[in-house]
Amino acid sequence: MNVNQSAPPVPPFGQPQPVYPGYHQSSYGGQPGSTAAPTPYGAYNGPVPGYQQTPPPGMSRAPPSSGAPPASTAQAPGGQAAHGQFGQGDVQNGPSSTVQMQRLPGSQPFGSAPLVPVVSQPAVLQPYGPPPTSAQVTAQLAGMHISGAVAPVPPTSGLGYGPPTSLASASGSFPNSGLYGSYPQGQAPPLGQAQGHPGAQPPQRSVPPQASSFTPSASGGPRMPSMTGPLLPGQSFGGPPVSQPNHISSPPPQALTPGTQMSGPPGPPPPMHSSQQPGYQLQQNGSFGPVRGPQPNYGSPYPGTATFGSQPGPPQPLPPKRLDPDAIPSPIQVIEDDRNNRGSEPFITGVRGQVPPLVTTNFLVKDQGNASPRYIRCTSYNIPCTSDMAKQAQVPLAAVIKPLARLPPEEASPYVVDHGESGPLRCNRCKAYMCPFMQFIEGGRRFQCCFCSCINDVPPQYFQHLDHTGKRVDAYDRPELSLGSYEFLATVDYCKNNKFPSPPAFIFMIDVSYNAIRSGLVRLLCEELKSLLDFLPREGGAEESAIRVGFVTYNKVLHFYNVKSSLAQPQMMVVSDVGDMFVPLLDGFLVNVNESRAVITSLLDQIPEMFADTRETETVFAPVIQAGMEALKAAECAGKLFLFHTSLPIAEAPGKLKNRDDRKLINTDKEKTLFQPQTGVYQTLAKECVAQGCCVDLFLFPNQYVDVATLSVVPQLTGGSVYKYACFQVENDQERFLSDLRRDVQKVVGFDAVMRVRTSTGIRAVDFFGAFYMSNTTDVELAGLDGDKTVTVEFKHDDRLNEESGALLQCALLYTSCAGQRRLRIHNLALNCCTQLADLYRNCETDTLINYMAKFAYRGVLNSPVKTVRDTLITQCAQILACYRKNCASPSSAGQLILPECMKLLPVYLNCVLKSDVLQPGAEVTTDDRAYVRQLVTSMDVAETNVFFYPRLLPLTKSPIENTTEPPAVRASEERLSNGDIYLLENGLNLFLWVGASVQQGVVQSLFGVSSFSQITSGLSVLPVLDNLLSKKVRGLIDGLRAQRSRYMKLIVVKQEDKLEMLFKHFLVEDKSLSGGASYVDFLCHMHKEIRQLLS
Amino acid sequence: MATYLEFIQQNEERDGVRFSWNVWPSSRLEATRMVVPLACLLTPLKERPDLPPVQYEPVLCSRPTCKAILNPLCQVDYRARLWACNFCFQRNQFPPAYAGISEVNQPAELMPQFSTIEYVVQRGPQCPLIFLYVVDTCLEEDDLQALKESLQMSLSLLPPDSLVGLITFGRMVQVHELSCEGISKSYVFRGTKDLTAKQIQDMLGLTKPTVPVQPVQPAQPHEQPFVSSRFLQPVHKIDMNLTDLLGELQRDPWPVPQGKRPLRSTGVAVSIAVGLLEGTFPNTGARIMLFMGGPPTQGPGMVVGDELKVPIRSWHDIEKDNARFMKKATKHYEMLANRAAANGHCIDIYACALDQTGLLEMKCCTNLTGGYMVMGDSFNTSLFKQTFQRIFSKDFNGHFRMAFGATLEVKTSRELKIAGAIGPCVSLNVKGPCVSENELGVGGTSQWKICGLDPTSTLGIYFEVVSQHNAPIPQGGRGAVQFVTHYQHSSTQRRIRVTTVARNWADAQSQLKHIEAAFDQEAAAVLMARLGVFRAESEEGPDVLRWLDRQLIRLCQKFGQYNKEDPTSFRLSDSFSLYPQFMFHLRRSPFLQVFNNSPDESSCYRHHFARQDLTQSLIMIQPILYSYSFHGPPEPVLLDSSSILPDRILLMDTFFQIVIYLGETIAQWQKAGYQDMPEYENFKHLLQAPLDDAQEILQARFPMPRYINTEHGGSQARFLLSKVNPSQTHNNLYAWGQETGAPILTDDVSLQVFMDHLKKLAVSSAC
Repeated sequence: MNVNQSAPPVPPFGQPQPVYPGYHQSSYGGQPGSTAAPTPYGAYNGPVPGYQQTPPPGMSRAPPSSGAPPASTAQAPGGQAAHGQFGQGDVQNGPSSTVQMQRLPGSQPFGSAPLVPVVSQPAVLQPYGPPPTSAQVTAQLAGMHISGAVAPVPPTSGLGYGPPTSLASASGSFPNSGLYGSYPQGQAPPLGQAQGHPGAQPPQRSVPPQASSFTPSASGGPRMPSMTGPLLPGQSFGGPPVSQPNHISSPPPQALTPGTQMSGPPGPPPPMHSSQQPGYQLQQNGSFGPVRGPQPNYGSPYPGTATFGSQPGPPQPLPPKRLDPDAIPSPIQVIEDDRNNRGSEPFITGVRGQVPPLVTTNFLVKDQGNASPRYIRCTSYNIPCTSDMAKQAQVPLAAVIKPLARLPPEEASPYVVDHGESGPLRCNRCKAYMCPFMQFIEGGRRFQCCFCSCINDVPPQYFQHLDHTGKRVDAYDRPELSLGSYEFLATVDYCKNNKFPSPPAFIFMIDVSYNAIRSGLVRLLCEELKSLLDFLPREGGAEESAIRVGFVTYNKVLHFYNVKSSLAQPQMMVVSDVGDMFVPLLDGFLVNVNESRAVITSLLDQIPEMFADTRETETVFAPVIQAGMEALKAAECAGKLFLFHTSLPIAEAPGKLKNRDDRKLINTDKEKTLFQPQTGVYQTLAKECVAQGCCVDLFLFPNQYVDVATLSVVPQLTGGSVYKYACFQVENDQERFLSDLRRDVQKVVGFDAVMRVRTSTGIRAVDFFGAFYMSNTTDVELAGLDGDKTVTVEFKHDDRLNEESGALLQCALLYTSCAGQRRLRIHNLALNCCTQLADLYRNCETDTLINYMAKFAYRGVLNSPVKTVRDTLITQCAQILACYRKNCASPSSAGQLILPECMKLLPVYLNCVLKSDVLQPGAEVTTDDRAYVRQLVTSMDVAETNVFFYPRLLPLTKSPIENTTEPPAVRASEERLSNGDIYLLENGLNLFLWVGASVQQGVVQSLFGVSSFSQITSGLSVLPVLDNLLSKKVRGLIDGLRAQRSRYMKLIVVKQEDKLEMLFKHFLVEDKSLSGGASYVDFLCHMHKEIRQLLS
Repeated sequence: MATYLEFIQQNEERDGVRFSWNVWPSSRLEATRMVVPLACLLTPLKERPDLPPVQYEPVLCSRPTCKAILNPLCQVDYRARLWACNFCFQRNQFPPAYAGISEVNQPAELMPQFSTIEYVVQRGPQCPLIFLYVVDTCLEEDDLQALKESLQMSLSLLPPDSLVGLITFGRMVQVHELSCEGISKSYVFRGTKDLTAKQIQDMLGLTKPTVPVQPVQPAQPHEQPFVSSRFLQPVHKIDMNLTDLLGELQRDPWPVPQGKRPLRSTGVAVSIAVGLLEGTFPNTGARIMLFMGGPPTQGPGMVVGDELKVPIRSWHDIEKDNARFMKKATKHYEMLANRAAANGHCIDIYACALDQTGLLEMKCCTNLTGGYMVMGDSFNTSLFKQTFQRIFSKDFNGHFRMAFGATLEVKTSRELKIAGAIGPCVSLNVKGPCVSENELGVGGTSQWKICGLDPTSTLGIYFEVVSQHNAPIPQGGRGAVQFVTHYQHSSTQRRIRVTTVARNWADAQSQLKHIEAAFDQEAAAVLMARLGVFRAESEEGPDVLRWLDRQLIRLCQKFGQYNKEDPTSFRLSDSFSLYPQFMFHLRRSPFLQVFNNSPDESSCYRHHFARQDLTQSLIMIQPILYSYSFHGPPEPVLLDSSSILPDRILLMDTFFQIVIYLGETIAQWQKAGYQDMPEYENFKHLLQAPLDDAQEILQARFPMPRYINTEHGGSQARFLLSKVNPSQTHNNLYAWGQETGAPILTDDVSLQVFMDHLKKLAVSSAC
């Protein structure tokens, strides 16, 4: 945030704020002045304006100084856009450098404040609304484009609410932001009131700008009173740009924060708050830490939210200006805030319906009855009781489940429970597994199923007395009665053919056609395998892996290898009958690595030699998979195929493909065919693979079109992974490939798995996304499942839920471990249910939501034109936000954009999804790339989608070299880059090092070992190993980033103004993209427009 | 008579030809009345150590439809340098090379003693011999071990430049690539799928790519041999490799569940072998050697299912039309055999198993291609080992006694036409003026392909006299037949052996005595037997027997001397005297009687019968029995139960079995250990004598006979008892008195009864 803030430069403030003034400046002022807090409240309610006011002052004058940041905020106001956050953020920014500082302080103060606010948060909205005076609005409008149009309208709601409480406080804070710190807190209390504010606010914002936005919140005025009169203006100032969200008002810095947070919601959601609150504040404005206390609203506005345009009314005046990017909600700020607020304490899962920290936050989890968020994350932790409510809100109810997620070393993996021959205890009716939510009755002789309410007898061997609270005495001795996640040993009844499975096998299937040989792939791979085979996954303390291995090479025929330990040399068996594949040998194909080491080594030595002179360019594909599958079938085990493939399979054989790549189809109704497989052969094959527990991992090394859409069908349906290395060259790509390969081979996999999600009566799992196969509507069949694969499940109501009992999820995964043990892994999660929409909005997780929406959209492109898919997304998102505005936000001007605190990043993230290669391809994006990304996203978890859609941009030279912690990220926009710095950008797949043109020579020298910028090789993929602090730090940072991701990211050094920069800019997702993707600001305006249309 | 016997023997030794009639009836009508057709047994490659091949090419008659080869029977005008073809009477110029010809300077082919002559042809590429081993791996461990050793041993016997290939099969079929270092490579085929020749060649990568990747024109000729030789490599290059490969051969690894037979893809394996050679070395001599340890149980050509509870078909099943796989399998193998034959490749089958292995269905593979069929109990027996070794025996010149890819062409003078041939051959469907419309055996052609030949391979060739009764042949006229055999010698030379024979015509009415005297009853018996066996392959057993009986009766009527209706007056001349007895034994032989034989055994016996020379064939029809005693030197005795005496040792040779039988007393003596006492050394010698003689037979016989050492009352004595004429049975035992011989417990008629009936019927005017 800081960065942003700084960036934004003050200027805005001055301008924007004007708007506010209109508002209650007074109020603001009031707030600010004293603790503001009080006032604010007042402000809120009525007065939103107050907020603005505050700002104004700041703006006008202050601006200069802290100004900068504020400026942005200012904008916000103008825009009114609910975003309060921005505003806040900006605000802080304003203070910019200082800001940060301030925040800290601020935050502390808040700390206390927060408490109070807590409550409010939910409601949130409050903030803005108010503040943004008309002035702002206008300004915003201008900025936002949209706004213009919109403008006037909506004033109403927006402001109103949000602001309320928080606002009040907020306002207080604003001023402070830096200073006031304390205030906020005070204000906090007021929260409740917040809403009130809005009302006030409306006026201001409402009018014009709306679109732009949020600002309002700022104005929400509550914010800083200080601003009051002036403030408003200030906010508006933002006039210009501002608009942004929330904060908008923000009269600069100060105000911002406050709003947001807030208070919004009256406290309902207790648990979170405490911790959260603090968090919130931060989030909101981003920077504001301070804010919080006070004005939560603003900044935080969210809560109050987005009221964008609302303010309109009044302010209009200001000349429209561009919406200040700093004034709109900043992902960076939100992430930082959450980190600061929630990263320090463990997340304890005992309480139902808690929203976990963001995926970007490092936190520890203590399992006390619910599954860790590492296993399950939900779009909302509070589910509407009725389907009507759910429909109204349009918030998808989904859970992103990663059943075999890897845990940090500090967290214990699930306990394994062995119930002996009787197997796990289950409900007789719905077959749910014993879990902590099961209710024991009749002195422990029976239990009532928490999912279907069926009453079951407790088998004698499981009987235990109950204590006075009705709990079993042994509850804490039994993982299945006290933990959210645990495993059962499965009995033979859970095994295929009623036989315990044999240990799984890995089969390496290597393309040895001309391309593969020439690129050096085969030699490299064979060399690597020799050592890699020592690291096959093993279970627990096992001395050697139980996994057996086999080898196949192929071009247009297949070569199997007999590597039985008793042989003096390997035997190759060629199967040319690719039309009717079969496995030519049984004994000696799958072997134990240690027993057959000599033969395997000899084989791997010879493979590159044997084919060194090959001229065969044609390859087959389907028969290869079939062969692997048949081999596993013959060996009666599950397993995984590692396929290394180079080209479009054009040899005469089943699954033969033709080149059908046609860019002309893009943006036509036929575009979807590019994502669909060419033939049904692969689906059929995948089905057989799944039945056999044969998971396929595909490594592609294409030089041209290979039809990833078709080739990835089998990996996709069998729970496998696809890796693609276009134009593979050993020198450039070996590290990336080897590192992916090592990881892929070594990772722990569950085989032949079936996953079933059970829910308590009232909701039902209806849709599934991910890499798996389903032969019926309930069982997710996974030939293989590793710790990176995620399944997203959508729920729908089929009945009423009960607020008291909440909603339960139980995800049961039956799988075969690496050692061949059959197990059941159970994850349980209890969610709250609500009858108020506000509760829903208060407990949402935007990252998860985006994960779901992206997957939904990416699946949609298979069947609908991309345009339709995009529109659907936008519409849904608008409906979600409009519903919030309508039902949860305090009344404010229609021109104000009010976003729920939990969803204030929804627009920015959604925009990223819409601009992604799949949904809006640029000219340089190949069909294969799109298909590749499409299938990749399908099984991503929340953290991966988060960074994938909104890349992290880390400034490397901003902070002192000695500072070893990861530098705070900056927003992904070109404006944030300074040509004197070096930045690192990563999205989980790509890693860029951007070098500004005027970076200090010393830095260039110590990082690249060359004397000047011009001598840096563009496109460099490895940093020289130099013995100096900076070099070590950067390389350390890169290594650290790579370690976090499931795939190795190849580094590309990009110089400013260089050709490669285009590539890099593609990832600056807040900017307008070359392919026509909207900039964040534009999109926000667009969203606002959509929302207003819905509301009117 | 003596003269005729000598004549016959001399002819056989010189030309390898024995005619049923050595004086020919001059008209069609007379010929048919002779009952036994005019036919000959031809041993095309009869070993002639005294016959050095000539190193030039034969001189052909210039008439396109004739092309007979210059021979001693041609009239030559030395002055005009002309010769007249003795078949078509075309007058031909001698070629320039014969410029120096004169009565005293004759080329070899004009000398009478060169009625059989062999030419070495220099034309055409010389292809090394090719041996493709097709090995069943569904064997017991020790069986497989023994087989591996035999195969490894055989490598040392092959000429260094001959090509070898290896295909193994079980549930899958593996074609081994032999040229690999460091890794052994094989192409694997599923055993259940019928593949066309083209598919097989595609899958083996034998077809040239239609679009060369890089059009390097000159390189291609080099590549071609390279490609094909991946699977077939010169022995000297890869014998180490192949020895190791064979050494590492494992039993088929696929599990065989309880109660099942192993899955054996013989049909596909043979198909691939045929396809491989077809694609790489068409029209080159090659030998596919199939070693199998059980019946094909899957895929095309399966003979029995893998359920052990369903036994393999028996004659009984076949009669009841209950052999569900038989027809399909037979068709499969026939198709393969025909393809192999068309390309000049021969297929051997070495089947070693206690139960049947499907020879019935697969017999055509050997029968049509001139391959060997060997049946044994196990690869781990000397029967197999020595038989196999004997295949690679060498002649006095150090060459294999085998020849490949032969075509036999027969030319006849105008009065004769060719009715057909019976032997290990296939028709080449060459119609010509000398081809009869009536077929006996494989007819309708004047040329046959014999893919595999050895010096004993013998064909029966049947003729028809076509000259009309009213256009008799001039006195002293002779009919001539020329046999031209093109073949690939085992030294890889291409050679042509030409045999030209002539026989006198005689008017059957006026010169019946001559004709009668020139009857070769041995040859006739074998030729009739071949006809009978040939019929038996396609007809019901009883029909064939009835046909044989009728022929015999008619012959007796024609040539016997008797008074009508007086059986006691019946007499046959010496030249016919043994014939009825041959027929008697033929009727009882396993070639026509399937009782007590499995279909496989019948097929195997018939296979050998149809290719052995006259002597061996006669042994098969009527086994030889020698008797050893203190009373004198070993003597041949009647194949009769009366020859079985307690104080004799009998040695019986049935071709397929050698039985040594100790009479009751001898056996007791032996048990008492007399042979170990110095004073009874003569007894020891007596015991040893038949063993030595048996060894001698064993040495020369191919395939190795089953060697049976038994004694009076021993279970194996059945081999002897089933062969001898049951002159004493439980029915007439007491009438004959007990001193002589041993009774045979059978209801079969004895020779005496048979003869009585024959006489009765012959003299009867009823038929």
